[in-house]
Amino acid sequence: MAINTEKNSYTVIFASVMVVVVGTVLAFLASSLSEKIKENERLEKQQNILYAMGINKNEGEGSVSFIPTDEVASEFSKYIKEQLIIEGDKITKDDQAYLIDLKKQATAAKNGETRKLPLFIGDKDGNKFYIIPMRGKGLWDAIWGFVALDDRMVVQGVYFDHATETPGLGANIKQRYFMDDFSGESILAGTKYAGIAVAKGNNDPLNQTKDDNEVDALAGATITGNGVSAMISESVNLYKDYLETIRVK
Amino acid sequence: MALLTKKDASLILDPLADNNPITIQVLGICSALAITAELKASVVMAISVLFVLGIGNVVISLMRNIIPSKIRIIVQLIVVATLVIIVDQVLKAFAYELSKTLSVFVGLIITNCIIMGRFEAFALANGPWQSFLDGIGNSLGYGIILIIVGFFRELLGSGTLYGFPVLGNPISKTGLYATGYENNGFMIIPPAALIVVGIVIWIQRSRNTALIEDN
Repeated sequence: MAINTEKNSYTVIFASVMVVVVGTVLAFLASSLSEKIKENERLEKQQNILYAMGINKNEGEGSVSFIPTDEVASEFSKYIKEQLIIEGDKITKDDQAYLIDLKKQATAAKNGETRKLPLFIGDKDGNKFYIIPMRGKGLWDAIWGFVALDDRMVVQGVYFDHATETPGLGANIKQRYFMDDFSGESILAGTKYAGIAVAKGNNDPLNQTKDDNEVDALAGATITGNGVSAMISESVNLYKDYLETIRVK
Repeated sequence: MALLTKKDASLILDPLADNNPITIQVLGICSALAITAELKASVVMAISVLFVLGIGNVVISLMRNIIPSKIRIIVQLIVVATLVIIVDQVLKAFAYELSKTLSVFVGLIITNCIIMGRFEAFALANGPWQSFLDGIGNSLGYGIILIIVGFFRELLGSGTLYGFPVLGNPISKTGLYATGYENNGFMIIPPAALIVVGIVIWIQRSRNTALIEDN
């Protein structure tokens, strides 16, 4: 039987059926996979936090290499000694603090509520790491990451990630050669929490000057780089009051 | 019996050269400009498009007799978006690392005009097997150009290929850089891709003058 596909009624029925079918398939898929996906995201967060404090499987100058997912949970509880939630002057311990959604907290802050700021304290060979989660804007979409500081506010390691930065350009913020440059830089300029700027033309491609609050930018990714600079300075300033209490002056 | 008839073979082979989607049909230009700064991104994109276009063409071809022509573009868009989202979700659940690499490409694939273009121009009027071959052929033709452009942009722009330094180290001045050679930063930004694609089109048309349109 030939169907008259030109009739308006057919078009409407076809469209409705298609929407229902596609909607059902996607909704079913999303709800059946969501637990698995959440679990993956949780482990990834743990990997990223550990990565920032230098617990990773990086070898030589190669690519980023995390603690494998089957070990990350035990490594996380081994190295992360405390997880704090800072709400104004109130500081509480909570071992689920790493699951706090920074985006929701930023929205809450905009609506006049006190935002919950998670902070992770790591301990590796007797050295303390204060790990701050960050979130900001790249060129196309969100960028986020973690920065690990010591008690002199010197960066011990960072991890950056992004939603949809351009492959080969802005996406390179998650490459070793970019992230490794941040280690050793101070986020302080005098006593001001200046963060670290991703600077074009700072004339220091090997990043030997560690006290200039600058690292060398990525070619062709100016806006993503500016986003990283803004993200670091905004994030560390949110934690300024707490960091002042632990800083060795 | 041969697996492919002569006509089938031409469906695969034509888009590689004389009917190339990028240089002749001018489809998929946007992604060719956007993500070819590195060879690796070009390869990933080429493989992703191969999957989506191969399967999408078959799905559209199977549906071709029941799709109302008035809303066919929307139907095509929904089919490709659904396919890509399903793949993305499944990868997120079972191959998370891989999905992190591919997630950037998801949006680029859905809006890639080569996919809509082949659905519209071929799959709507042909059977599933031919449509499958057409999808494979066109995505290979697309992939070749992406890889050519990615090769030159990464080599001249960053001095690396697939992430490996091939010209020496630009910072400590070893290899070719010792002679005073510098990376061309212009090659990294999208306009350089337009120029490389332009040169490819120029070479292709000068070798086969039949491709040049009359004014």
